[in-house]
Amino acid sequence: MLDPASTVLLDVSHISQTYSKGSGETGAPVLQDVNLRLKTGEIIGLLGRSGCGKSSLLRIIAGLSRPTQGVVTIDGAPVEGPAEGVAMVFQSFALFPWLTVLDNVEIGLRAQGVAPDETRARALKAIDIIGLDGFESAYPKELSGGMRQRVGFARALVVQPQILLMDEPFSALDVLTAETLRTDLLELWQEGRIPIKSILMVTHNIEEAVLMCDRVLVLSSNPGRIAAEIVIPLPHPRDRLDTEFRQLVDKIYALMTQRPEPKPAGREAAAQGAGLGLALPLVSTNSLAGMLEEIAAPPYNGQADLPHLADSLQLEIDDLFPLGETLQLLHLVEFADADIKLTSVGQRFVDMDVDQRKKLFGEKLLSNIPLAAHIKHVLDERPSHRAPSTRFREELEDYMSEDYAERTLRAIINLGRYGELFAYDENAQTFSYENPQ
Amino acid sequence: MSKIYAIASVSRRVLPNHWDLVALALIMAGLAAIARAYHGISAPLPSPNEPVVSLDYWQLPYYALRTALRMFAALAASFVFTFTYATLAAKSRRAEMVLIPVLDILQSVPILGFLSFTVTFFLNLFPGNVLGAECAAIFAVFTSQAWNMAFSFYQSLRTVPRDLDEVARGFRLTGWQKFWQLEAPFAVPGLIWNTMMSMSGGWFFVVAAEAITVGDTTITLPGVGSYIATANNAGRWDAIAAAVATMGVVILLYDQLLFRPIIAWAAKFRVELSVGQEVERSWMLDLLARTYWIRLGVRPVFAAIRAAGYWRLSFPKLASPAAPAKKSNPAPSRAGDVLWVAILAAGALWGLWSVVAYIGKELSWPDVVEAIVLTSYTLVRVVVLMALASVVWVPISVWIGLRPRWAEAVQPIAQFLAAFPVNLLFGAAVSLIVTFKLNPDIWLSLLIVFGTQWYIVFNTIGGAAAFPNDLREAATNFRIRGWDWWRKVMIPGIAPYYLTGAITASGGSWNASIVAEYVKWKDQTVTAHGIGDYIAEATNKGDFPKIVLGVAVMSIFVTLFNRLFWRRLYAYAERRLRL
Repeated sequence: MLDPASTVLLDVSHISQTYSKGSGETGAPVLQDVNLRLKTGEIIGLLGRSGCGKSSLLRIIAGLSRPTQGVVTIDGAPVEGPAEGVAMVFQSFALFPWLTVLDNVEIGLRAQGVAPDETRARALKAIDIIGLDGFESAYPKELSGGMRQRVGFARALVVQPQILLMDEPFSALDVLTAETLRTDLLELWQEGRIPIKSILMVTHNIEEAVLMCDRVLVLSSNPGRIAAEIVIPLPHPRDRLDTEFRQLVDKIYALMTQRPEPKPAGREAAAQGAGLGLALPLVSTNSLAGMLEEIAAPPYNGQADLPHLADSLQLEIDDLFPLGETLQLLHLVEFADADIKLTSVGQRFVDMDVDQRKKLFGEKLLSNIPLAAHIKHVLDERPSHRAPSTRFREELEDYMSEDYAERTLRAIINLGRYGELFAYDENAQTFSYENPQ
Repeated sequence: MSKIYAIASVSRRVLPNHWDLVALALIMAGLAAIARAYHGISAPLPSPNEPVVSLDYWQLPYYALRTALRMFAALAASFVFTFTYATLAAKSRRAEMVLIPVLDILQSVPILGFLSFTVTFFLNLFPGNVLGAECAAIFAVFTSQAWNMAFSFYQSLRTVPRDLDEVARGFRLTGWQKFWQLEAPFAVPGLIWNTMMSMSGGWFFVVAAEAITVGDTTITLPGVGSYIATANNAGRWDAIAAAVATMGVVILLYDQLLFRPIIAWAAKFRVELSVGQEVERSWMLDLLARTYWIRLGVRPVFAAIRAAGYWRLSFPKLASPAAPAKKSNPAPSRAGDVLWVAILAAGALWGLWSVVAYIGKELSWPDVVEAIVLTSYTLVRVVVLMALASVVWVPISVWIGLRPRWAEAVQPIAQFLAAFPVNLLFGAAVSLIVTFKLNPDIWLSLLIVFGTQWYIVFNTIGGAAAFPNDLREAATNFRIRGWDWWRKVMIPGIAPYYLTGAITASGGSWNASIVAEYVKWKDQTVTAHGIGDYIAEATNKGDFPKIVLGVAVMSIFVTLFNRLFWRRLYAYAERRLRL
């Protein structure tokens, strides 16, 4: 479907986005210098972990929010507000619960003042194409997730957009429904039955990206940047078990587990508070131990292929990567291409009993995560051995956005409690050494 | 299909069915009633000595009609207020800075306190006509209904789900379209709930506003309220009973004919992922849905209303609270904010100054001290009575709430009882106090919570009914009993619900004090020391500086009480105890 002579439909150039803090000063960047070009007839996938700014990018393209820097043009015209010619499909479906399926589909046309007869005819046609016949007068809450998302597609298609934006459209659906919907959409697209020129989709599902897209752009986190571009030259329909398909999936896994390159020097004073800027994902300590045990056990015996591991643990990459990354930070595992491997410490951890595990975990936390060491240091220094969480939150906010700071703090509290490094009182919002006796 | 069959079915379908007849009868009865009442409203003001209200039972339906119409007129005004005031507050950041605090204060001002001013104002607006007095009564009810409706609407507008907002913006809906397609529908469930609460609370004020004396002006409007007042003056127990029965019938009627159908219809506006377990039903809505002619007639009206919601109108550009970061320098807007705040502060200072100047002309510091002392008495009364009501009702309500069948039956009754105004108990209170020579400072206090305790009851029942079954089973399994069961299991579980009820009850009790501390039955008057008595007596004498002082001091107390006590407690419960 991709034609080399095709024209650039969407041009995103040098987009940066920072969220302003409550006080008004600019905070840490969410997106940094993002460039992409979407050509006619192309499906691009934006792949990244949760919080990498991929949804923010999609909203900037749709004209729903403004970038701090950079320009988005569609068909040569700069986007300066909700753009004509784009329509969006949402992860949460975003249907109006008080409108019937038909009314939901019609809303875009009616809002533009299209004549009622034409509105009705076009809506019915879209409903027909998308396979919603017979559900016209149903309310969204009567429908299953899959049918709801079909309404979401019909609503987007009926306004005849040039570009269809999709924000993780299948991730709220069960595996089977999602697959049906993907193939249905791809068929309609291949057969040219839907009047869209290009599709830009956001996803965190690597296989989904390889299955559907002509090109996949991998976004790194904090700040969001395009880290890699992978062209998927496979013809449709694609086979998930195909060797080439598997190789592409492995390649992307490997790309996504690479340690982020060190930040450009000079942005932050390197000497003081080095390493505090490390954003931590929020993970369950049970899952950490569970994952180590799974890797240690057969059939993996200490080394696992990530796609397989994701499959056997039934984890999406949004769950898998944070676990793997935290274990890697603690030097309990290491990554090699698309494989995850137990280190000797990791192997020791697996063989220990609960108390020994916690002790080792605490040691590793102190030696490898600067924030943990920092909190312990502050508690040691203070005569009262207590410190309010706001103190650390503010320090973190020098390096990352408020959301990330909050999450990192939650994560360190959780890890610190498990490693029995310090206690945290939720009511008083203070760190201390005091656990109830 | 044969053609004949098709024609036959068409001709059968255009005939009205029997449901049409029932519905038509109901609608015609309603129209006739309104026409009847209208003649009374536009009549000239009767001379002061002419008796307006007779205690004849057969007059009661007409009085009830007049009272109900007053309440609905006030409700209509409240809707207009809600849609304009709350929308402006939600859409404009600068308007929000003023409107929301003002609304918050207005909620705390005792409504009966400024009834005296509005009565004078409206009477002068329509000299010599009943309409002025009607407007004053309607305004009093309006002030009791509007604030919580506006708050609910404002909160809904500020919490519209982000994804739906993005859809509306993505499809480039204009401000007008977005309001009718997204914001107003989203606000419907909260608004309906608050409308029902307002309607219930409005009875107290309509009863007080129908028969009121401000200095030399005495107003008596035909209605249930003035009927109760007349019965109290005459000391007629039977008339009081008749009034209670009439109120019960009226409440039942508007509940069944109006609110239930609306609730059943509005179920679709709830943003939830699945069909709720219990589907609200209403026989009235079912009846209307089964009619043929009426539905046929109503359909174009609804279609027109919906089409109106799609008019491509946009609101004037306001400084939106959620405006995305503009590329331009935000400095001018900040300078504008500073100027705006300065203007507001100046206005507030000027207002405060004029109030002080007005009071200062006739009153001096000892009066202020007296008002503060009296308000403290009332504060003690409210606190003690709320505590008493809680101690009595919480265990009973929990007991009921944990038994679903009881809860289902009792909860609507408690809601129903909340509508009955305290005036109905005047006879009983005065008789008991005089007969047994009781201390009115203590025993009149009981009247303060008469109407408001029900809020505690039905909210607590709701909380206990929503208490998760697995937690109850766990408590039983670990044999948690007695005081521990209350302290560790049940009280934390119902706290958010109980507090919602208690906050409403507390606000209502302050208002009730104006009526409950100054009680008349036949020719006997019993008073208790308190700010309510102070305001009530000043109103009777038409002593405006004292009314202003009393209302101001009471408002300050109520606002502080809410801010320092209830809000904090509620915030804590929401944060820590919401299940």
